[in-house]
Formats: sequence, structure tokens, C-alpha cells
Amino acid sequence: MGTLIIVTVALLFLTAILTGGYNQRFLDQVKNSVVWDYITTVDHKKIGILYFISGLVFFVIGGIEALLIRIQLVAPGNDFLIGDAYNQVLTMHGTTMIFLAAMPLIFGLMNVVVPLQIGARDVAFPFLNALGYWLFSFGGILLNLSWFFGGAPDAGWTSYTSLALNEFSPGPGVDYYVLGLQITGIGTLMSAVNFAVTIINMRAPGMTFLRMPMFTWTTLVTSALLLFAMPALTVGLLLLMFDRLFGANFFDHAMGGSHVIWQHLFWIFGHPEVYIVIMPAFGIMSEVISTFSKKRLFGYNSMVFAVALIGFLGFMVWVHHMYTVGLGPVSNSVFAIATMTIAVPTGIKVFNWLFTMWGGELDFKTPMLFAVGFIPTFVMGGMTGVMVALPPADFQYQDTYFVVAHFHYTMVGGTVIGLFAGAYYWWPKMFGRKLDERLGKWHFWPFIIGFHLTFFPQHFLGLFGMPRRVFTYNDVPILQTLNIISTIGVIGMTIGTLAFMYNIIQSFRRKADAPADPWNGRTLEWAIPSPPPAYNFKQLPLIRAYDQFWISKQTGKEIEPSEPLGEIHMPSPTYLPFLMSLAMFISGFGFITRGYEMGALGLILFFIVMFIRSYEHDPGYHIQPDELTGVEKEAKA
Amino acid sequence: MNQRKWRYLLPVVLIALAALSGCSIDQRLNALDPSGSAGEIQLDLINWSIMLMLGVFAIVITIYIYVLIRYRKRKGIERMPEQVHGNTKLEVIWTVIPIIALIVLAFPTVKYTFDLDEKPQGDDVIKVKVIGYQYWWEFQYPDLGITTAQELVIPVNKKVSLELEGKDVLHSFWVPNLGGKTDVVPGRINHMWLDAKKPGEYQGKCAELCGPGHSLMDFKVYAKEQADFDKWVASMKQPPKQAVSEIDKKGEALYKQNCMGCHAGATPQVPGPELNNFALRETIAGMLPNTEANLKKWIKHTEDLKPGTRMPKINYLQEDELDALTHYLMNRKSKTEK
Repeated sequence: MGTLIIVTVALLFLTAILTGGYNQRFLDQVKNSVVWDYITTVDHKKIGILYFISGLVFFVIGGIEALLIRIQLVAPGNDFLIGDAYNQVLTMHGTTMIFLAAMPLIFGLMNVVVPLQIGARDVAFPFLNALGYWLFSFGGILLNLSWFFGGAPDAGWTSYTSLALNEFSPGPGVDYYVLGLQITGIGTLMSAVNFAVTIINMRAPGMTFLRMPMFTWTTLVTSALLLFAMPALTVGLLLLMFDRLFGANFFDHAMGGSHVIWQHLFWIFGHPEVYIVIMPAFGIMSEVISTFSKKRLFGYNSMVFAVALIGFLGFMVWVHHMYTVGLGPVSNSVFAIATMTIAVPTGIKVFNWLFTMWGGELDFKTPMLFAVGFIPTFVMGGMTGVMVALPPADFQYQDTYFVVAHFHYTMVGGTVIGLFAGAYYWWPKMFGRKLDERLGKWHFWPFIIGFHLTFFPQHFLGLFGMPRRVFTYNDVPILQTLNIISTIGVIGMTIGTLAFMYNIIQSFRRKADAPADPWNGRTLEWAIPSPPPAYNFKQLPLIRAYDQFWISKQTGKEIEPSEPLGEIHMPSPTYLPFLMSLAMFISGFGFITRGYEMGALGLILFFIVMFIRSYEHDPGYHIQPDELTGVEKEAKA
Repeated sequence: MNQRKWRYLLPVVLIALAALSGCSIDQRLNALDPSGSAGEIQLDLINWSIMLMLGVFAIVITIYIYVLIRYRKRKGIERMPEQVHGNTKLEVIWTVIPIIALIVLAFPTVKYTFDLDEKPQGDDVIKVKVIGYQYWWEFQYPDLGITTAQELVIPVNKKVSLELEGKDVLHSFWVPNLGGKTDVVPGRINHMWLDAKKPGEYQGKCAELCGPGHSLMDFKVYAKEQADFDKWVASMKQPPKQAVSEIDKKGEALYKQNCMGCHAGATPQVPGPELNNFALRETIAGMLPNTEANLKKWIKHTEDLKPGTRMPKINYLQEDELDALTHYLMNRKSKTEK
């Protein structure tokens, strides 16, 4: 505690010396800086960008971890990374990719796109939105601090007990997992509430549910899934926290606890979670394929129905992760059939995409390349999905590289490739700049070829007796060959990702000159400038059909406004969400290091800021109509 | 344009196919070449589902490639596609056909699920209690009064009923050639059955992450003809033969001082693998070939060889003491030879 105070005071002194002391000019400088702007922003577009960039950073970190794993597995008996260190890397790879890369990348796109697609000026709760982001961000940082202070979690991303209990994971590693994810999870839950409320309440006049773009639909279903799935994880993590920090016995079988309870709680969250990360990719596919085929989405109603059904069934299948736990043939059969059922709505979606392209005019711009690459990879992931759904066969697949191959086909071949498509598609809308097409091809081809090289052989590795999460394997030629191919494939994925990074950097060197509608789009977000002004729509649009913007372009009539030009009420920026999240971070770090005073201090700080927020009068501010036209003119000039 | 990807995929598929048909596969570790009824049932379902799925894949890919080639944008031609809403007939077709396919697949699935869960009954069923420890396996034969570690010996063509019990963390018992896995869960007793149709050596693995040494928690299953099995049982039932030579006596004394605590069950909170008949074992710690040099290496470097193992490094013995100890262990077996 003392050290903390000394360090803080020293830092303050250092800042004062380096900046010429605490004075008005310095304060003004800070307040006008971009960093301060982003820390205090409540604008959904800026928060979306924050989510997206953080997601990319964690994606790279998780990717480096994957690289380390593949280097270790290049030869049997390799001693590059073994034992506990290997377990830390594999745990952090999974945890980072799911919670800190896939989720924020998705939330980033949702934040930027959904309010624009439904014709809203912001999300329903801008403050909550900012709070959600900062909680996620600080949770992720807390989790990754484990590398430097005490060692990373090492019980797998599923963190099964009793391996995750103090007795078998004595260091602070799993505590970082528990508290880091708990803080991130609170943020995620808030964002889910926010999106659901926004979509239900803030659609532009005339936009009925069955006129909503597909990406908005998948966001709505995803939010509903999060709303019901996250509490299960929260409860599980809370119980695990009590077991680890305060000596409770929820999961200690010797004291009457149960290890199977953790698995149930984890997978009641965990299975919907995989739909949470794939669903928005479905939405992106629908938008991209429809736009670049110049065709209306085939079977829109059945698409909506399929998404809702997948979301519903997603809660009925969690035991298929636990076939080998010994729950008995009745439960295994019931969950097997429930799982197989999901193949039907998923099949409907795939065929609808194919028939959206049928008869269209396919323009293979980079987003479309990724969308087209998505279909066969995801279908393969779905096929192995049906295969692992069969309990007797799964007794062979379970916990082997076959399963590793399966879920990477859905998570990388599905989610990541979908997100890349979305990134190229909406980049102009986010930043006002297009990503380069040639570099886009350098991104796509090495990545997709590398992806198949890496993960296709892993199906066979599993069948030839290689369990997952191992740092070595039997010295037999076939396992050796397949592992080398798998590692070579990673080079392709690395080249692709580097090309993407380079493309991003390049895009910021160019002028921000993207047109409002670079792809001949169909949905509302393309009707406003890129990047959109803070208030999005000068006048909220009146919607009369699905694909309203496309129809307006075809008929040559502008979208009708639903309100007269008037002043626009905007929420004011605030640094409170940042402070609240910082307080949570301090508290979490305190509990991890068993500094209970620090933990309590963080919580007190959190509640003080919460109190301030509750009693603060924040009327926001108004943008006057004459300012609006001025901005428009400026943009045109 | 996109079908180019498949050209790159082809070599991978070919290698995989070569592997499937080739002889380079370790036949002791292969779910696709089972030697037991449970493994055969599972392979049957794997084949069924692969066939069905490949059929689905073929349909999707045919439409996919056709669409990509036929409807790609051509230079200089600008056309406006017809804005179709959907097609009820088509949509019903691709909803109903998968449902039928899945119903077809559901029948064998449910039947096999129940078959595999049956507990084998009868006099000629061998009962074995499997206990998973970090990171080794104990096999107890309650009807025969034998306990072994790391090596499960079974007679061929007889059902083996396994009762799996966990002590510390989760493990998963897996012998790919004989049948799929069942988890070992502390606080639960799980059941599974196996049989081997031909004599031989099969490799077993722990499949559930159980700590730093998880990758090395291997074991072996030996399927023997009934006569050989009976011989093995008889030899296991006898105590180790007396140490006679000077060096063995010295080794026995060292064994009693340094090893017995854990390895003979004197301290139940630190259980170690049974070492009676150690000389007959094929591996040390389930991973190294059983030679005297390897044994010395293991005793001195336990944790470096198997991360996280609970056996401490015994590096305080003099060179001649270590010689005596390993000499004794390498000869520790019952009077009747193998």
C-alpha cells in the first residue's frame, strides 16, 4: 500500500516537472488532446473505434501466443516451451482470443454500425456504453498483467476445477482469470443491455422489425444471448473467486462440492458464447454478400427466423461439451439430438447466401473475397460440428486435436474471416478512408491458404491419437508430418495479418476522402457522410421498406425525413466511466495480490464515483439547426 | 477466381489420404483402425457421419463454384440483377431434407449411445478399477487382488469393465484403438467397457488438461491370450523375490529408506505407483524405455523429464548407492519369470 502511494506521488511530481507544472495552459492542452477526447467520449462511433482497436491489439497478442504454441509443436520432444509455461500460453491464447479479441472486434462493429443502420443518433445509454468499454478494457489489461506479476492462468480457458483451485494452481494465475474476466464480463453485460434497448426502442420511424438489416438482427439476437448467458459465467466466476480467495468449498469434492457444477455453469455460458461470436459474423456475411451481388438478401424472413432459432437452441445444447463426464446415455442422447437440430437453421442460412449470389453480379472486392472464403470454411466447421455432436463418435474426438480443428474452423474460418470482411466493408464508414484493395488481396490469400494448411491436418492429428493441450506427442512420422504442415500454415496467416496491419497504417497516411457510399450499399449507414457527423442524421429518416437506401437510389428519390430540421440533443462527454473502471481495476488487482485494503479501497472509489454520477446534473448540450447546415456545407467544400 | 484455393488444398488432402492408407501411422494409436468392439462402434458412427457430411458438402460446393463462375462480374458488362425476395419451394426443400438426414443419423447415434453405456455382466468379465493421479495411472483388479501402475493388462476377447475414479484433478482415460474416452472426475465414479480383439500393445493417453505434466501422462494396454494372461496374474500375485547379492541387499535397504514411503503406500496422502515387479515394466514413468540408464536419469531428474511430477529429485545419493538402487529395482520381480 505504502509503495503505491509513493509511486503515485513520484509520478505526479515527474509529470509536473516534465510539463512545467500544474497550470491552466497544461490543462487546456490535455483537454484538447485526442487522448482526452477518446477517454471522455460517449459517442458510439468513437467507442466502436476504441473497441475495434483494442480488439486488434489483443488479436495480435493472442496470435503471438498461437505462434509460440505452433513453434513448440513443430517436433516431438521439443523443449522450446514446456510444462507450466506452455499451459499458461495455451490458456491465455484461448482466453484472449475469445474474450479480448473476438468480442471487442464484434462490439466495435456493432457500436459503429447498428445505430447508423437503424437510423438513430446514438445508442440508448451512451454513458453505459462508455462504461462497458472501459470495464472491458481494464479487465483485459488486468488479465494480461498476469504475465508480469506472478504468472498467467494455466488451467485452460475453460478453467476446470479442481485444477483451477488453490491446491493445484497455487499462484495468482487463476485469480487473474477470475477477476479479469469478471470485470470484463460486467462491461459486456452492460453493452448487451444497451444494444438490446437501442434496437428495440430507437429504430427510425417506419423501421419495423422485419425491415431491420440482417446485421442489426444478429446484434439483437446476440445481445439477448449475452443477457442470458453472461450471468451463468458471472455466478461461476464468483463461486470460484470465493473458493480461491476466501476458502469456500463450492468446487471441492472432499468438502461436498462438485466439479461438474463448474462445468455446467461454464458451458451454460460457454456454448451460447460461441454463437455470440459467430452470429454477428452471419450478419456481416448477409450484408456483404447482398451488397456485392447487387441483390436483395434471398429469403430475408427465413434468415431472421434461422437466427432467432439458432439463438434459442444455443441454450439447449451445452452438455455436448460434457459427453465424457459420465452424465448417462439419456442426457447424452437428448443433448445430441438438440445439437444436431442446429444444423438445420444453419443450413438455411448457407443456402440463402448461395442463392443471394445466384443470379447476382458478383464483384470480388476484398470484403466479398472474405465473405466468399467464409462459406466453405464455415460449412466445414459446421460439418465437423454435426460429427462431434454424436456422443459415441465424440468419445473419440473429445479433447483431441479433432475438436481443436473443428472450433478453429468455426472461430477463425467463421468469426475471424467474417470480421475481416466487416472491417474492410465498414472501414470507410469508421474512418472515412478505404483500405487498399491490393493489400487486401495480400491479406486474404495467404491468410486463407495458411488457415487451411494449419487446421485441416489437425482433424487427422486428433484421430491419430493427439490430445489437445499437449506440448509433445509420440515420435511417429505421421504425427510429425501433420504437425509440420500445421506449423507452416501459421506463416501464411501471419503474412496475411501483417498485410492487414500494414494496410491499416497505410490507410491513415492517405487523405480521408472516402465517399459516403463507396460500395453501392443498401442500408442506411451509407446514406450519411463517411465518417458520419457526431449527430449521425441531420433529420431522422422515414423508413418504408427493407433496403430503403437501395430503393431510394433506384427510384431516384431521397429518403424522406421523419422530422423537421431542429436542434439536436447530445450527451456531454464524461470521464466518470474511465474512473469507475479504473477503480474496479484497482480493486481487482488488490484482491489478486491479496491486498484486501487495496481491494476495498477500489470498491469504495467505485461507489463514490457511482454516487457522483447519480447526483450529477448533466443536461447534455444542443446542436442548433444553423450549425448543422454549416457542417454539411463544410463537408461538401 | 476463388476455386484457386482448392488447388492449394489438394496437396494437403492427398497427404492426409496417403496417411490414411499408408503404413507410416503408428498402429498402436489410431482411432481409425480399432481393435476392440467399442472402437468399432465408434468408427462405424464416424464413417456414417462423414459420408453424410461429405454428401452435404458436395452439394454446397457444387452450387458455390457454379455461382462464383457463372455470376461473377465481367468487364464492360453492367447489368442489374433481378431483386428476388426468396423462393418458398426451395426454402422448404433445404429445410426438410436436412431434417430427414439428421433423423436418419439420430437412430444409430441414440442406439450406440445406450450400447456403450451398458455395464457388461457375467463371470468372464474382467473388472478393473482405474484411478488417475497427477500424472500416472493405477489399475486395480479387485477380483484378482492385483494392483499395477501405468500398464493395464487384459485378456483378449473378454469384456473389461472399467470403474474410473479421480483423486486429485480431472483426467480422461483414452485408448484410441480400443475405444473412446471417459473422464476421471474426483468425487464421481464413472464406468466404461473395453475389449481387445487381438493381442498386442495399445497406447493410452490422458486427454483432459491436468497440469504441467499432462502431455506425458501416457500408459499402455497389453492384450494377452488367456493363457499368457493367467501366467501374468500368477506372477503378479507373488511377492518380489528376496535380494541375495551384496549389491541388491544394499539397493533394497536404499529402497526402503528412500522410496517405500510413497511407492508402497506407507503415506497415503502422497501416493506413488506400485513398484512390485518393476523389472517387468516396459516403461519408466509411463514414458521412458525401461533401461538402467534411463532409470538413473529419471531418479536424478524427475521434474525436468516430467514437469510437475510429485516425485522429488533424488540427487543426494552417491554414485555407488544409485548403482545399487537401480540394480535392485531392475531385478525387482517375483520368482516366476515372465
